[in-house]
Amino acid sequence: MTESTRLTPEDLRGSAGRRRKEAIVRGLFFGAASVSVIISGLLILSLAGEAWNFLSQVDPDALRSDGWFPRRDMFDLATVVGGTLVIAGIGLAVAVPLGLGAAVYLAEYASPRLRGILKPLLEMLASVPSVVLGFFALVVISPTISQPACDVLFGSSPIFSMTAAGLAVGILITPLIASIAEDAMYAVPNSLREASYGLGAKKRTTSIRIVFPAAVSGIMAAIIVGASRAIGETMIVAMAAGGTGGSLFQLNPCQPGQTMTAAITALATGSDRVRGADLAYPSLFFVGIMLFVFTLVLNIISERFVRRVRLRY
Amino acid sequence: MAEIARPQTASTELVRRAITGRRIDIGSRLFEGLLLAALLAALLVLVVLVADVVSRGWVVYAERGMDFVTSGNSRNAADAGIGQALFGSLALMVLVALIAFPLGIGASIYLEEYARQTTFTRFITVNIRNLAGVPAIVYGLLGLAIFVIALQDLTGPDSNGRSIISGGLTLSVVVLPIVIITSSEALRAVPQSIREAALAVGATRWETVRSHVLPYAAPGILTGTILGMARAFGEAAPLIMVGGAASFVATGNANAWEQLFGSYMAMPTLIFNWAGLPNADFRALTAAGIMALLATILLVNGIAIVLRNRYSRRW
Repeated sequence: MTESTRLTPEDLRGSAGRRRKEAIVRGLFFGAASVSVIISGLLILSLAGEAWNFLSQVDPDALRSDGWFPRRDMFDLATVVGGTLVIAGIGLAVAVPLGLGAAVYLAEYASPRLRGILKPLLEMLASVPSVVLGFFALVVISPTISQPACDVLFGSSPIFSMTAAGLAVGILITPLIASIAEDAMYAVPNSLREASYGLGAKKRTTSIRIVFPAAVSGIMAAIIVGASRAIGETMIVAMAAGGTGGSLFQLNPCQPGQTMTAAITALATGSDRVRGADLAYPSLFFVGIMLFVFTLVLNIISERFVRRVRLRY
Repeated sequence: MAEIARPQTASTELVRRAITGRRIDIGSRLFEGLLLAALLAALLVLVVLVADVVSRGWVVYAERGMDFVTSGNSRNAADAGIGQALFGSLALMVLVALIAFPLGIGASIYLEEYARQTTFTRFITVNIRNLAGVPAIVYGLLGLAIFVIALQDLTGPDSNGRSIISGGLTLSVVVLPIVIITSSEALRAVPQSIREAALAVGATRWETVRSHVLPYAAPGILTGTILGMARAFGEAAPLIMVGGAASFVATGNANAWEQLFGSYMAMPTLIFNWAGLPNADFRALTAAGIMALLATILLVNGIAIVLRNRYSRRW
C-alpha cells in the first residue's frame, strides 16, 4: 500500500461546493424555523403596545361600569370575562359528557371496523367551520332548544342568547375532547386491562376503574384544551350570543351576552374602519392580550398533563 | 355452544353455572348504551346540520344554478351570489399555500432533521405548540396591527391595507403552527435506520432528507397541509379583523394582480355577513353559501383521510 491511497478525514468531507450547498440549505431551514419566534415576538409586541396605550389612558372607573360599550367609553371587564365564562361553561357542560362518552366507547367498546367508520365521522364534525355552527345556532338551536327552555325557566326567550351560543360551542369542542381523550385511553397498555379481567372484573368496571384513572392526565388535558378552545371561539358567539353592539353585565344564560372574542369582532364589524372612538381601537388589543394570556395558561397546563401521560407509558 | 361431554361432579356444575350462568347484566348494557348514545348524539348533530342547511339552501341552486355561484354580492337577494367570495377564498388559499407551506415544512425539517437538542430548539418547539393554541381572533389582531396598519404601503395602499395580501398573510400565520406540528410528526415517523443508511454511504444531511426521508414522509406532510388548508378555508374570525368582511366589492376593471391589493370578501365572511342580515330572503342564500363551503371542506377532508389511510405504513 502506498502513501497516496491512505484516506484522511479531509477526503471524507466532500467537495467544497457540496458543503456550501449544505450550509445554504441548513440556513434556509433555520430561517423558516425562526419565523415562528418572530411571529411570537410580533404578536406580543403588537398586543402589549396598544394594550399599554389603553391602560395608561383609560379612566379606571370605566373598567367597572355597567357594561361593555367601547364607543361610549364603558369598558366593564366583568361583562366580557363573565360572558366568556358563562358560554364556555355551557359549552363544557355539553361537550365533556358527550366527548368523554364517545371517547370511552371508541377506545374500549367499538370493534376495529366500527372504530374505522365512527372516528372519521367525528373528524368530519370537527372540521365544520365555526361560522357554519354559528348559523346553526341561530336558525336551529335557538328556536328549537334554547328559546323553549328559557321560556319555561325564566319566561323570557330572546333569539340571541348565551345559551344558544354555548350549546353550539359545546358541539364545536365535543370532537376535540373526544379525540384527545380517546388517544389517552387508547395508549393505556393492554396488560392493565388483562390484569383487571384476570381478576374477574367486568368490562364496565375495567373501563371506569382501571382505564379511566390510568388515562386521567390525558383526559384532563382534553378538557382543558376544550376549555381553551371554548374561550377563544369567536364566530359562534359573534353570531348567536347577541352582543353585537355591546352588552350590559349579564350572567343569566338566557340573556344576550358579550365575550372577549365577540367584543373584538363587534368593534371591527361595527364600522368600516376599526379606528373608531379614541379608546375603542386600543381596547381591542387589551381584550386580545387578556384572551391570549387566558388561553396560554390553559394550554401550558394541558401540556403538563400530556407530558405526564407520555412519561408514564 | 355445543356441550363437550365431560365427567361432571356437582361442584364443577355449580362453578360452571356461576361463571356462565345466564345473568343479563343490565348495568353494563346500560353503560355501553349511554356511551354509544353520547357518540351518536354528536354525529346526529352533524346529520341534522347538513340536512337543515341543504333543505334551506337547495332552492337557491334549483332556481338559479350557476348564476348563484358566479355572481358577486348584491343588496338584492335575487342577484346576490358567491362569485366574488369564491375568488377571494381561492386567492387566499393560493397565498397560504405559497407562504405557510414552504415555511412550515422547512421549519419542521430543521427541527426534526438538523437541530440538536439545544435550549433554543426546545424553546422553538414549545413556542410553536403555544402558537397553535392561540385563538384565531388574536392572530386577527396581529394582522390588523402589522399587515393592515404598519405595512399598509406594501399590502394595499388603495384599500387601507385591507387587501387579499393582508388576509393571506394573516391566515398563513394562523395555519403555520398546524403545518409545522403535523409535518414534524410525519418526519418523526420515518425510522432512523433509513437516515443512517443514507448517511453511511456518504450522503449529506440535505441529500438524505431530500432523497430518503421526504419521500417516506410526503403522504403525512401532504395530509397535514391539506387539513391546514381546509382549516384556513373555513376561518372567518381573523379575516373579519383584517378587512375580509367587506359587504360590497367593486372590482371595476382591475386585473387579478391588482385585485390582490384591493378589498375583498371570502366565503366564511360572506356567510357571516349574510347571516347577520334581517331580510329573510338571505337565510336561503346563507344556507346555499354554507352548502358550497361545507361541500368543499368535507370533500377536502375526506381526501386527506383517504390519503392518510392508504399511505399510512407501519415500520
